[in-house]
Amino acid sequence: MAEAQNIPGGSNTTGSIAVAAESTVATRMSAAPSFDVAEFPVPHGREEEWRFTPLERLRGLHDGTAQASGSLKVEVSAPEGVTVEAVAREDERIGRAGKPVDRVAAQAFSSFEKASVVSVPKEAVLTEPIRLSLHGEGGVSFGHTVFEIGAFAEAVIVIDHTGDNVRAANVEYVLGDGAKLTVVSVQDWDATAVHCSQHNALVGRDASFKSVVVTFGGDVVRLHPRVNYAGPGGEAELYGLYFTDSGQHQEHRLFVDHDSPHCRSNVAYKGALQGERAHAVWIGDVLIRKAAEGTDTYELNRNLVLGDGARVDSVPNLEIETGEIVGAGHASATGRFEDEQLFYLMARGISEQEARRLVVMGFFTELIQKIGLPDVESRLIAKIEAELEVSVS
Amino acid sequence: MATLEINDLHVSVETENGPNEILRGVDLTVKQGETHAIMGPNGSGKSTLAYSLAGHPKYKITSGTVTLDGEDVLEMSVDERARAGLFLAMQYPVEIPGVSVSNFLRTAATAVRGEAPKLRTWVKEVKEAMVRLKIDPVFAERNVNEGFSGGEKKRHEILQLELLKPKIAVLDETDSGLDVDALRVVSEGVNRVRESGEVGTLLITHYTRILRYIKPDHVHVFAHGRIAESGGPELADKLEAEGYESYVKGGATA
Repeated sequence: MAEAQNIPGGSNTTGSIAVAAESTVATRMSAAPSFDVAEFPVPHGREEEWRFTPLERLRGLHDGTAQASGSLKVEVSAPEGVTVEAVAREDERIGRAGKPVDRVAAQAFSSFEKASVVSVPKEAVLTEPIRLSLHGEGGVSFGHTVFEIGAFAEAVIVIDHTGDNVRAANVEYVLGDGAKLTVVSVQDWDATAVHCSQHNALVGRDASFKSVVVTFGGDVVRLHPRVNYAGPGGEAELYGLYFTDSGQHQEHRLFVDHDSPHCRSNVAYKGALQGERAHAVWIGDVLIRKAAEGTDTYELNRNLVLGDGARVDSVPNLEIETGEIVGAGHASATGRFEDEQLFYLMARGISEQEARRLVVMGFFTELIQKIGLPDVESRLIAKIEAELEVSVS
Repeated sequence: MATLEINDLHVSVETENGPNEILRGVDLTVKQGETHAIMGPNGSGKSTLAYSLAGHPKYKITSGTVTLDGEDVLEMSVDERARAGLFLAMQYPVEIPGVSVSNFLRTAATAVRGEAPKLRTWVKEVKEAMVRLKIDPVFAERNVNEGFSGGEKKRHEILQLELLKPKIAVLDETDSGLDVDALRVVSEGVNRVRESGEVGTLLITHYTRILRYIKPDHVHVFAHGRIAESGGPELADKLEAEGYESYVKGGATA
């Protein structure tokens, strides 16, 4: 049974919801995916994939004027057995999980010097996470990283982005059959940073991929978490959490391509916005192709607008080419911080600041609990509390 | 002895057609240990009185005074009123997604008592109060009011009343929507708090039914934004027999 639903919740004058009238998953991009930046015209801003993005703040990543000049400190800590290599773009392990889908992603692919390939051997069960810390020290950088998880291996990857950088870099996750991967990508940049990245996951037969994308910082952050399945029985959980402050543009464009039978996907992104010109964009595209019988998919986006002047664009899209599926649905809602909730809590003696904290933490808690990594969870809670301190004072 | 004094209270709400006066000079004194029932037809302003006392931002006080032990209540923020000892059991309790009942209760108790209750005695205190109100222990882990039935919401309000031990409790139509069993459980909870002698109760209701379980010392009939008649428990019997008819006629000037 196919069930598609769309529930735009309490919109308001400061947050807005755009819901596409018809599915445009297959047609929304203005150029075909390619590794070559020359295949993409320079965007002018009216293209479907660029219409929400402030091009003038991309610092030249979209028009070829940004030149690699910057410095980015990279630290990798990998448990024993994991290999880390620097390879050229001709290496056959590069580019398997998907081609760049827009000009900036293609620019990243065309401009990186060496790619990193991090490999977890088959059947290895890592007891410690692989940690990748990227600290920007100004300027422009390009990059490409491939994480290869062997068949039946289990791994956790934590990627941290801090500091200042104008960065276009793509990440690939290639999961072998039966592999299990949890990856947490934290965008905790300085307020001046620009970050564009395409995350491609290729989920092997019966493999499980869990992605947690956490975006707090940056001037502009624009990410494309994307999933393909290499065989039947794969599972993808895509969770996201963002806290968009005054002046920030944070854009998450998801695509789950169900092209194999009996695969599952579950998408849940939640964001809080506060302040003038805070702008969050969430695009959730799910395509169930004709071959993908037995698909089970659900995607959800929730936004909590904490003050005046913030804007949300939330566009869920579901395109179904076969009716022989287990389930398919999506929901999107943007609500204002509710005065009635505040009143109820304050009528029990709880201060306004504490009441706001309770409601916002409550909004995120369910999602945070799905991460399953206690140190990441407690760090996120501390980070959200710090964001709230800023908003209250 | 704690005393809530309401003098000549006028309250308006903002509407599209300008301010609409709902309370038109309410005078009422509630002392610790007393129970006052406020009864009246729909739209008479009973709930407005309750929300105005608690400080809901929708209601604008245009004149009059409210004091608790001489302190100006109207000058206090919503949370300050609660910490001063005013409690409102709401007719429509609000859902707080992601906030568990146990977290909420402890946060509220910490705020009202001025310090965090000792964990061991607190857990016991909550558990016993829940048992008395026939609340399933798994409730503590559920989110505040989320997916609660009408009866569960009201029992949860009374649970808070028992734990927060206010000086003045305003119960806004706590009986509405309850079946007889739930009404009995909720009334027993209110009576336990009353028997302490520490609380003054303002019981706002549309129906006389709850007064079989909770015996008021004073009954007031509310009509057209003010108290139209005051008396003892016998006034409730009169309302039971005659309804609000005679109060609703008269000055329907709203």
